[in-house]
Amino acid sequence: MAFVNLKKKEVQVKIVYYGPGRGGKTTNLEYIYNEFNDRIKTEMIAIKTQGDRTLFFDFLPFEMGKIKGYDVKIQLYTVPGQVKYDATRRLVLRGVDGVVFVADSMKVRRKSNMLSVKNLQDNLATYKKSIFKIPLVFQYNKRDLAGDGIPLLSHETMEKDLNSRLKVPSFEASALKGDNVVKTLKKIITLTMSALEKEFK
Amino acid sequence: MTYVLGQEQLDAIEEVLEDDFMDMGVRCVFLIDMAGNVIASQDSGKMQHDIYSLAALAAGNFGAVSTMAKIIGEDEFSLLFHKGKKESIHFSKVMKDFLLITIFDQDVSLGFLRLKVSEAINEITGILDQQMSP
Repeated sequence: MAFVNLKKKEVQVKIVYYGPGRGGKTTNLEYIYNEFNDRIKTEMIAIKTQGDRTLFFDFLPFEMGKIKGYDVKIQLYTVPGQVKYDATRRLVLRGVDGVVFVADSMKVRRKSNMLSVKNLQDNLATYKKSIFKIPLVFQYNKRDLAGDGIPLLSHETMEKDLNSRLKVPSFEASALKGDNVVKTLKKIITLTMSALEKEFK
Repeated sequence: MTYVLGQEQLDAIEEVLEDDFMDMGVRCVFLIDMAGNVIASQDSGKMQHDIYSLAALAAGNFGAVSTMAKIIGEDEFSLLFHKGKKESIHFSKVMKDFLLITIFDQDVSLGFLRLKVSEAINEITGILDQQMSP
């Protein structure tokens, strides 16, 4: 539910990082926080459990600068990935404008990726939103693990599993090292902003 | 769904916030939507709270408490109050999609605040209603 403030000429947009537990959603936000320190005026908010896993959400407000004369404020959120936290995931999705799906490239996580996409579809549907219509980008994370000899899913397999019907942009990435983290973010911002523009025409 | 508020509506909302709350000594008052966006805010100038983070947490908090309400068979809890040693926070729902949040200290009486909140909600509802009806 983006909000356009005509008085301040400001647009507020909500982007949610979704995906299975331990996939690197929070790591994405942490990398962005460190990389764009100068544009982020506040601390990153994280509601975590003892084991350092996201309990409710992480929140990072991010100033995009001006687009067509409007100040764009992007609010980045993550959700808890663990299956049992479905109610909390649904809460965070309220009013979402764009989604980054962070998939785990490890072979052992193949099924949890697929289940999580299905879960995203179901939870969007509770807000009468379609996964086929919402701005969405896939990020195949943890590609750096290939160097450690950990078996990874191939890009083609992941595309086939997750993106064969959706056909949205996807990136291989390493949130830990920062590879393609910014590229993913830029892509979802572009898609979200052009969707908003269309809505106004 | 994207919604737009123009200069006129936002001026009117800010005026309600200022008239109803600043005179009575409230530190900070702001209107947000359930997605966590900040619509309008006023503060006494004495404190610099990070209202964007507060808004995100408040929307999440309100959502969590509403889910709790459903579990015990209530539709919702339409207002919440968190008491601190020096500062307290009061949340109240405005229409279906908005929240009015006030931060105040011990000098403000909770009863009086609640009265002012309900007055302000009526006024804000009037302003937003015109905007939201297609």
